[in-house]
Amino acid sequence: MTILVQFAIGLLFGLGLIVSGMSNPAKVLNFLDLGGIPAGTWDASLALVMAGAVAVTFAGFRHVLKLARPFFAERFYVPTRSDIDSKIIVGPAIFGIGWGLAGFCPGPALTALGFGSTSAVIFVAAMCAGMVLARVIAQLQSATRIAAPVHPLES
Amino acid sequence: MVATSFTPIASLLGGAMIGLSAILLMWATGRIAGVSGIAARLFPPYEDGEFAGRLAFVAGLIAAPVLVRLVTGSLPVQTIAAGTPMLIVAGLLTGFGAVWGSGCTSGHGVCGLSRLSVRSLVATITFMATGVATVFVIRHWS
Repeated sequence: MTILVQFAIGLLFGLGLIVSGMSNPAKVLNFLDLGGIPAGTWDASLALVMAGAVAVTFAGFRHVLKLARPFFAERFYVPTRSDIDSKIIVGPAIFGIGWGLAGFCPGPALTALGFGSTSAVIFVAAMCAGMVLARVIAQLQSATRIAAPVHPLES
Repeated sequence: MVATSFTPIASLLGGAMIGLSAILLMWATGRIAGVSGIAARLFPPYEDGEFAGRLAFVAGLIAAPVLVRLVTGSLPVQTIAAGTPMLIVAGLLTGFGAVWGSGCTSGHGVCGLSRLSVRSLVATITFMATGVATVFVIRHWS
């Protein structure tokens, strides 16, 4: 039952990507192309996708997060961190470069698989490799940190 | 480059659907609808027992265009300009950066901004900036 519900929610997300036009990398790239403003080729659509999504989510989260617990789970898993470390800048900086190169971010890339596009298969395969690599490096780093004895004065 | 036209109504409507999906996922599972986080956790190490649910969400994403084609008989235009080497480099950077930065356009951009998260605001401004810079270099410097 939960799995069916999650499938339906993913389906709605994917339909939103298609309706909004974000499943088309050309539209995304034409939004990121601020140099296209003087030429009149700039496509502002992505700003409205974000505006629509954030407005609806902001209103909905306020109600949902007041519930005692989620419908199918024990508790809410909402991130609580608020510190600004290097990873929260370096990661998105790298992500943005990849996004600007092809016009794909993870959601639209996965949805593009259903368009039957070979390019999407290549992109998603590379994206998954990149994801696994980041997780492996992060894990090696935390393993090293635990293994290294902490000097009493530094702790 | 391929010209596209401004689609305010469709983009607002589609954005609202994405937002509704994020609300429903939070309501049902208590989780953030961050596609990179969901996709990355389809690979080991597995920290919780949520594999099947995440796979179902991703299957839903992939099924969306299949459903559109079944119902309407066609799909909207999709133009992918990047060639294979560029797609590989872009995919690696996108996947690595999204996991390294704990989120992508959906996790930070939609869910994080909606929670007024400062980390997500920093992340969103950063990937928007490097995305714009990258397209600028490719289209206007070469």
